[in-house]
Amino acid sequence: MQPTKTRGGRSGAPRAAEAPAALGTYRGICSTCIHAPTCAYRLKSTEVAIWECDLFESYETPSLLEIVERHGRKRGAVIAMLEEIQAKYGYLPTHALQVVAENTGASMVDVYAVATFYRAFSLKPRGRHLVSVCLGTACHVRGGPGVAKEFERHLGIPAGETTDDREFTLDTVNCLGACALGPVVVVDGHYFPHVGIKDVEDILAHTLTGLDKVEVEGDRRIFPIEVNCPRCNHSLMDPSHLIDGYPAIRVTVSHGHTHGWLKLSSLYGSYNVEAEHEAPKDAVVNFFCPHCHAELRGAAACPECGAPMVPMVVRGGGVVQICSRRGCKGHMLDVSGTAVA
Amino acid sequence: MTNFTLNGLNVQVEEGTTLLEAAKFYGFPVPTLCYHEGLSPYGACRLCVVEIGEGPRAKLVSSCTYPAEEGLKVRTASTRVLRARKMVLELLLASCPQSKVIQDLASAHDIRRQRFKQEYEDCIMCGLCVRICEEQMMAKAIGFRNRGERRSIGTPFDIKSEECRLCGGCIYICPACQLRCTYTEPEKAICGACANLAPPCVEKEQFDDMMCYMDPCVACEIEKK
Ligand code: SF4
Ligand code: FES
Ligand code: FES
Repeated sequence: MQPTKTRGGRSGAPRAAEAPAALGTYRGICSTCIHAPTCAYRLKSTEVAIWECDLFESYETPSLLEIVERHGRKRGAVIAMLEEIQAKYGYLPTHALQVVAENTGASMVDVYAVATFYRAFSLKPRGRHLVSVCLGTACHVRGGPGVAKEFERHLGIPAGETTDDREFTLDTVNCLGACALGPVVVVDGHYFPHVGIKDVEDILAHTLTGLDKVEVEGDRRIFPIEVNCPRCNHSLMDPSHLIDGYPAIRVTVSHGHTHGWLKLSSLYGSYNVEAEHEAPKDAVVNFFCPHCHAELRGAAACPECGAPMVPMVVRGGGVVQICSRRGCKGHMLDVSGTAVA
Repeated sequence: MTNFTLNGLNVQVEEGTTLLEAAKFYGFPVPTLCYHEGLSPYGACRLCVVEIGEGPRAKLVSSCTYPAEEGLKVRTASTRVLRARKMVLELLLASCPQSKVIQDLASAHDIRRQRFKQEYEDCIMCGLCVRICEEQMMAKAIGFRNRGERRSIGTPFDIKSEECRLCGGCIYICPACQLRCTYTEPEKAICGACANLAPPCVEKEQFDDMMCYMDPCVACEIEKK
């Protein structure tokens, strides 16, 4: 239900054919990419030119500078900056520490001291998936150490390390604040409660197939909807095209001088879309009904970004509105009212 | 001006004076280890404990970091202070028995035997080197890293620091390894090894990726990983 985003996360990159995995044989040019240390693709496909890689992000200072700038170059905000950098790159590159030190007036020693003081920061590149096993008091007595051992055995690495293929980083933490659920394991922000030794394999397998994959049966926050045009009441569903295993919602969008179809996942809560033409990120696009060609435009503004919302009538009653800005996840569902603003 | 009582004596010091400075000024001896006149007080070794307050609310504080307060009652040599001080020294001695500075302090306080397991640590985390590097040399080449058990001193990423001018101040001031660096006064050195061998802090060619305060002294135990 999200307009104008063409690929679901990293799954598409890079586009070139996959060459056999060859550790460390990435082309020199990848070293200019900030993702190189953690990139899982460069290990698999050595033949991709950098301009063909969708993940390429230059190792230049601007993005780092931006973060530093946003916190007003204040020394007191070093922790916040490091947090953001860590969130962005998954670890703290040496280079990033230098940029922070130089621009805040703190010395490298200070920044390094902070970066090593907190367990949440990592100076080593991490894997694509972060597995944290809780060894806090409650989880400890309920068998956390056994679970940690089992993870170590399965991944073949001690806690704190990253597997050679850069898929997993195993970490232990001391209490995640969910003691009643212990032993707790958190993988990429997903909490697994009451983990036993026999669950370990499942968790790893599940992680590899994708934790973000929408579990339609299991998750009650996610459900398919069917929508009609609020003007002509024609169905907007496209049964011939499936996204997330459900018929897609088909609309026409225009941005500037380009017009084309856009297919949205009909799963409420899923943001997978496919588009004929890709609109730039953050651009506001116009939505049209493919049948009556009326523009779908509501009076409401997106609660997240303020762009106009696009209303669609839900079969069975209610209105769903999605944000017309590319990349914005603002949406609302109103099942009670039928009025289209 | 602040008026307070020091060992029963009414004394007057300037505002902001620490208890340690006051005690020194009035001639009451207080042993110190991590305190240095030229550096900001840090309160790491707890050797300078004194007792403040009275009755059940009396407590031990580190005098080097505690500023004098109006009407405070301070005792620098009560039984409690002496006991605490001795204990601190015994622990320091256990963690770094090879330090001449600590040995001297221990003998001056009548510690004749070691009750605790000797750890032979290279560093007691007194922070003197970090402070001299920052405050006197204006370099900030070394600092604390990690925390808890894994706390250590060194340069960021353990590589040769750009800021470090090899002044040797850290080695000079370190109570744990000070003696290794007295090569210029051979009569003071224990083993004299460094008098024969060029001190690593001066000629670091073959050890240039190494900071001598982080490893066993290369003059005494040449061991390069
Ligand atoms: S290296 Fe020496 S001076 Fe520095 S903190 Fe350790 S004991 Fe103190
Ligand atoms: S002890 Fe594991 S969540 Fe608190
Ligand atoms: S001299 Fe005061 S704590 Fe070390």
